Amino acid sequence: MNRLAVQLPGLSLKNPIMPASGCFGFGREYARFYDLSMLGAIMIKATTLEPRFGNPTPRVAETPSGMLNAIGLQNPGLEKVLEEELPWLAQYDVPIIANIAGSTMEEYVEVAKRMSQAPNVHALELNISCPNVKKGGIAFGTVPEVAAELTKLVKEVSEVPVYVKLSPNVTNIVEMAKAIEAAGADGLTMINTLLGMRIDVKTAKPILANRTGGLSGPAIKPIAIRMIYEVSQAVSIPIIGMGGIQSAEDVIEFFYAGASAVAVGTANFIDPFVCPNIIAELPALLEELGFDHISECTGRSWKKGEPTVHCGT
Amino acid sequence: MKEQMTIVRHEPLAKQIYELTLSGSLVQTMNEPGRFVHVKVAEYAPLLRRPLSLCDINKEAGECTIIYRAEGAGTTLLAKKCPGETIDVLGPLGNGFPVEAAKAGQRALLVGGGIGVPPLYELAKQLASNGVSVTMVLGFQTKEVVFYEQKFLTYGETYVATVDGSYGTKGFVTDVINERALSFDVLYACGPKPMLKALEQQFPQKEVYLSLEERMGCGVGACFACVCHVPNSETAYKKVCSDGPVFKAGEVVL
Repeated sequence: MNRLAVQLPGLSLKNPIMPASGCFGFGREYARFYDLSMLGAIMIKATTLEPRFGNPTPRVAETPSGMLNAIGLQNPGLEKVLEEELPWLAQYDVPIIANIAGSTMEEYVEVAKRMSQAPNVHALELNISCPNVKKGGIAFGTVPEVAAELTKLVKEVSEVPVYVKLSPNVTNIVEMAKAIEAAGADGLTMINTLLGMRIDVKTAKPILANRTGGLSGPAIKPIAIRMIYEVSQAVSIPIIGMGGIQSAEDVIEFFYAGASAVAVGTANFIDPFVCPNIIAELPALLEELGFDHISECTGRSWKKGEPTVHCGT
Repeated sequence: MKEQMTIVRHEPLAKQIYELTLSGSLVQTMNEPGRFVHVKVAEYAPLLRRPLSLCDINKEAGECTIIYRAEGAGTTLLAKKCPGETIDVLGPLGNGFPVEAAKAGQRALLVGGGIGVPPLYELAKQLASNGVSVTMVLGFQTKEVVFYEQKFLTYGETYVATVDGSYGTKGFVTDVINERALSFDVLYACGPKPMLKALEQQFPQKEVYLSLEERMGCGVGACFACVCHVPNSETAYKKVCSDGPVFKAGEVVL
């Protein structure tokens, strides 16, 4: 029995581990390290209608147990992704979750419509949480009514299920999640980065050219866990969890909080083999924890009436 | 591509400048000068790897040498590691200097600035063994951070400049090139952006290769942290880590 196989709307995953959008490009770089077919899915880099260069450099800065990035949604544009990146990825037996972004609702709708028609795109991830662009991105992800309207519009045109990527930069993430669920989203992905900043001690100026950036890495894991714990109890659509995952134990923690699958982001930069390593380690960890299947872990931290876990001997 | 390499030697060379020699099987995959390794110095802090250029590749001994400046949190921590300890190394990464651009009998000018000097050492070694006549111009801030002058002399004439004039010619590498009217067929350079820019502007008709430095995230081309513009385009880009770090002059906007 495959204890890792997971079924989610639009996604039949051989395991619930996927690289997070923005941390894996379009897969080409990591294909040098391992066979991408090993992955549960791939969340490709956010794509906009036109090519974007993104922000000036420096675009990254380190923080304790984390990093700030302000890439600014650099991408080659929808045409190139449809004509070159997705056909290239089609050589691998792995479903693609296409992250889509835009500056206007019209742009999101256009990208969603065409991206969802690509044969290996099994789901969309609606990016309403990028903190590094002036227009769009997070602007659509901090007011529930706006997020709901965009979700509805994208759902109308998409031929595949739509997952909405939530921003942690909100006062009430549960309210946001509920509005998006009510608007017809098939699932949620959470969390995107937290808005942060670093200042150079010698120059007294921000390190990032964009001044602020999104915080990721192990530093944000407890925030992601808390938010997934809250949201998963308030909605009935599945959650793909992310935020600082580095190990198989981290994956289980996200599942306990309420995730049904997870994405690994920053950790890819530190260890290119982190995803296949986690996939390889999970079955033994499930065995040790007394689970037959990983889906038994989902929401275990709050579900009532679950039998006690028998750990080890 | 990833290995726990063993520290064989680790010695200070100049103020804050360290020479780190590592052994491991990865050395057998290191060929081109100017490529880099991505080194993990700690588990959580700092979180990211550090890109450090290869200074010397010794396949027979199975060793490679890296020279770095202990300045930030990562390199300061690295400076505390002792021989016998291992460190997690990913690489070699990126595209290095095209050694074959200079033919036997031709003259190559190698220009380095500060911590951009190290990759020129392996380059000088390989060019010299190909029968290329090499001349080095090395620029440093001040006398106490000068390193490797003697080692470079093994392969060719070596001139040193310091910004404060405390050693060698006072001024910049371009002052040395101009004063001595150094000529060449191919120029290879690594150092701070203003230096690379000055060289690119001074020799627009020449064959010039420049190695860029940039803050990196992944080091393999996935995160888009270290991109630079391509001339005459708003959106076209090259990644310093995976398309570079060495570019032909004019290929990217400095």
